[in-house]
Amino acid sequence: MLAIVLAIVRSLLLSIALIVAAVPAFAASFEESVAKFANDDFSDTDDAVGEIAVSGNPLAYPIISALQDERLMFDAETKKVYVKQADGKIIDAATGAAVDKLPDNAAAVSLNNRLRRSVDAALGGLTLLSPDVITRLSAAKSVFKSHDEATLPTVDSALAKETNRSVKQALTEARAAILLFKSDASEVDKLEAVATIRARSDQEALALLTEISGGDQPASVAKAAAGAIAAIQSSLAIWSGVQNAWYGLSLGSVLLLAAIGLAITFGVMGVINMAHGEMVMLGAYTTFVVQEVIRTRYPALFDYSLLIAAPLAFLVAGAIGVLIERTIIRFLYGRPLETLLATWGLSLILQQAVRSAFGPTNREVGNPSWMSGAFELGQITITYNRLWILCFTMAVFAILLAMLRYTALGLEMRAVTQNRRMAASMGIATSRVDALTFGLGSGIAGIAGVALSQIDNVSPNLGQSYIIDSFMVVVFGGVGNLWGTLVGAFTLGIANKFLEPVAGAVLGKIAILVLIILFIQKRPRGLFALKGRAVEA
Amino acid sequence: MLTRLTQELTAPFSRRRWLAAAAGLALGAAGFGPAMAADDTIKIGVLHSLSGTMAISETTLKDTILFLIDEQNKKGGVLGKKLEAVVVDPASNWPLFAEKARELITKNKVAVVFGCWTSVSRKSVLPVFKELNSILFYPVQYEGEESERNVFYTGAAPNQQAIPAVDYLMKEEKVKRWVLAGTDYVYPRTTNKILEAYLKSKGVAQDDIMINYTPFGHSDWQTIVADIKKFGSAGKKTAVVSTINGDANVPFYKELGNQGIKAKDIPVVAFSVGEEELAGIDTKPLVGHLAAWNYFESIKTPANEKFIKDWQAYTKNPKRVTNDPMEAHVIGFNMWVKAVEKVKSTDADKVIDALPGTEAPNLTGGVSKMLPNHHITKPVFIGEIKGDGQFSVVYKTKDLVPGDAWSKELEGSKDLIGDWVGKKCGNFNVKTNKCLGSGT
Repeated sequence: MLAIVLAIVRSLLLSIALIVAAVPAFAASFEESVAKFANDDFSDTDDAVGEIAVSGNPLAYPIISALQDERLMFDAETKKVYVKQADGKIIDAATGAAVDKLPDNAAAVSLNNRLRRSVDAALGGLTLLSPDVITRLSAAKSVFKSHDEATLPTVDSALAKETNRSVKQALTEARAAILLFKSDASEVDKLEAVATIRARSDQEALALLTEISGGDQPASVAKAAAGAIAAIQSSLAIWSGVQNAWYGLSLGSVLLLAAIGLAITFGVMGVINMAHGEMVMLGAYTTFVVQEVIRTRYPALFDYSLLIAAPLAFLVAGAIGVLIERTIIRFLYGRPLETLLATWGLSLILQQAVRSAFGPTNREVGNPSWMSGAFELGQITITYNRLWILCFTMAVFAILLAMLRYTALGLEMRAVTQNRRMAASMGIATSRVDALTFGLGSGIAGIAGVALSQIDNVSPNLGQSYIIDSFMVVVFGGVGNLWGTLVGAFTLGIANKFLEPVAGAVLGKIAILVLIILFIQKRPRGLFALKGRAVEA
Repeated sequence: MLTRLTQELTAPFSRRRWLAAAAGLALGAAGFGPAMAADDTIKIGVLHSLSGTMAISETTLKDTILFLIDEQNKKGGVLGKKLEAVVVDPASNWPLFAEKARELITKNKVAVVFGCWTSVSRKSVLPVFKELNSILFYPVQYEGEESERNVFYTGAAPNQQAIPAVDYLMKEEKVKRWVLAGTDYVYPRTTNKILEAYLKSKGVAQDDIMINYTPFGHSDWQTIVADIKKFGSAGKKTAVVSTINGDANVPFYKELGNQGIKAKDIPVVAFSVGEEELAGIDTKPLVGHLAAWNYFESIKTPANEKFIKDWQAYTKNPKRVTNDPMEAHVIGFNMWVKAVEKVKSTDADKVIDALPGTEAPNLTGGVSKMLPNHHITKPVFIGEIKGDGQFSVVYKTKDLVPGDAWSKELEGSKDLIGDWVGKKCGNFNVKTNKCLGSGT
């Protein structure tokens, strides 16, 4: 009885396979190839990918793309392989027949880096003729990378049909890459290919040309390649200057963001606040808590998590700042050494408190989608998170400047810091202004924490790594001057990034410190010294 | 004025201390009964930082030892006595490690100490363990070039982690160009020196090796990642061997992900990145990057599955991960228990002599053995990072690899061996047949 049922099922499956498979002659070996996935052995999987890619079977694309996304499942006992489609439906990989449910012991076919490269190359060849422009473009790009000779006929036919300009360009480059490596390509073809690749003038082009110039090439081709390499290298050298400048701006914006709160508490109020870094840390942990709540309750809002966290971090860090000022710092005005020790102790207390509450390990703060990834500008890569942090820093700086300049509180702050007794006799409640100023500085440090959580560890030690840099920026820029902090941060950032490639990260940092010490010897009040009676008071 | 202040400050404090002490006494009495004296327990020192920069890694190891002691006590302890942990906090402060070690040995009279993470903390406690003749189990992969009578190294030596990883990249990924990136201190510098010598012996040209050091806690990786990209575009397959330690890893991997360096283009193999470190990052952009360890949480063996289950039950946290140094402590702890039971004593000299040759099962299905050079045999696994923060093993050595105290790749140490059984010497020169004396 069972045998009969099995026979019927088998013949049914076979007939389906015959209908599905476009080239029936391939069906048997195609099934054998598919069965290799069930061994879950890296070299068997590699063989299977290669065989299926050239089988011409319409199931090839679904199988290989499933393998790429780890949706290709196998059952080690029955040696059957299944494709879990993106919509959750399951089909038998060998036949394409729908399957109700996966066996319990089914596991995904595992990949390693070598396999990922083969899969990319196979998919590139399979999707060159796809109706979707973006798929075709990425296919052309992966063919460029793999420059596999076997895809040349497909590339040629795709190139003949192609209408989209950028895809056509990518296909031409892919074809050139293949020809460069094809040993029996004509000299004319190769020279043309070198010219095409040279026009890209990026690092990938450089990599390709360097690779072929080491091999056995006709003299004219080798010469053209050497010329192209030199040309690309000199253009890349200019770009690397631009890139260093951008990295410098980005580092400067991070320094500025970390220092801007200190520019108020230390710069404007004169409090040596060693717990400044911990305010930054509290801001970062606020972001973590906000993201946790969003993740568990309102996952749809995740992309807005930073926008929600920023005001909250300002409030949390600001409130703690006010509390610290009221309970500790106001008793220590005019005693810098005691302030230094008290706030240092405070920073240790805050660190240990966070360590006890959240644990000593790093907490994961995710990047919203608009802050992940990068785009290419000419030959440099600009990452979105750095770009947004730069914008964010400038916005915070502008708001702070406007607040000090145009609001009543800002006016009072400036009055109190310039001449406390005069301000008091004009009827300003100086102690209230002190508390609010300190709160403002701390709150801005909290906002900095939101941004820094995107590029650094969220751990109890987060603040410590920024405190020295922050003091450096404020002192270098000139105590009591926000513009000085701005210029100081960007100067240090850019100087650091131009020194780093030459001297290395460790020496670069030391060199910067030495330069600052020399500078302070020459100009003890920093870049932009405050003038007038306030300084002497 | 000052005296009044101190009085005011200390008065409530001392009262509270009294209360705490009284409460402690009451608890102790309730727990063990009045006849309880210190002699009825065997004390075990735990010397791991619970605050400061290293707390991120070391706190877990403290919990591991407490967990192992708890398990052992459930089985009836050792030699009929209960084990008792003495936990101190050296606060990531290297000189404090030496002070706390002295306190553990002289004041608390511990039989053995499990502790340290960084090499500099180990170097700082070494003289103390030698002077007071006690035992230290050190659970972390390190740079080698050391074999001390009082120290048992249960973490990997370079030949049990770095060299197999480089071999894998050469064979499987056909890597021809190497970036050796590390944090600027003794472990990465020594490891990179060994790797550089090894690569050159395999015919890699000087131009194809780029060495880069960064300070502790480095957070701006833009330039270095761009440099790696540039170095990788010379037409030869390139890989990064990372000895970057601690906190700096998270921004490094974030920058790699953001600049779009995929594992299939330039793979990064790391020696200090485990399950714990990955818990702080979104690992999806990092899929395929590698790590070399002697243990992975994802390895499916009955022993490992039981360990993970018990550990999560003990910590009451179903998401708590396990990692390589934890397994090293498990092996070391079990070896110590076996040695003590063999000589029926916790006397340091007897246990030190009994430990070489002692075997203990590791969690990945093999049996590790303590060697005469005080290192152990371990399997080596290469794992690829998966999207869920775990590793999938892509390579495993066939047999357990014995740890070399002295690297065979370096000119200064290739003739040295550590042998505390036959030669009673930590740095015996096999060419001149002489002991150089004093261990390091």
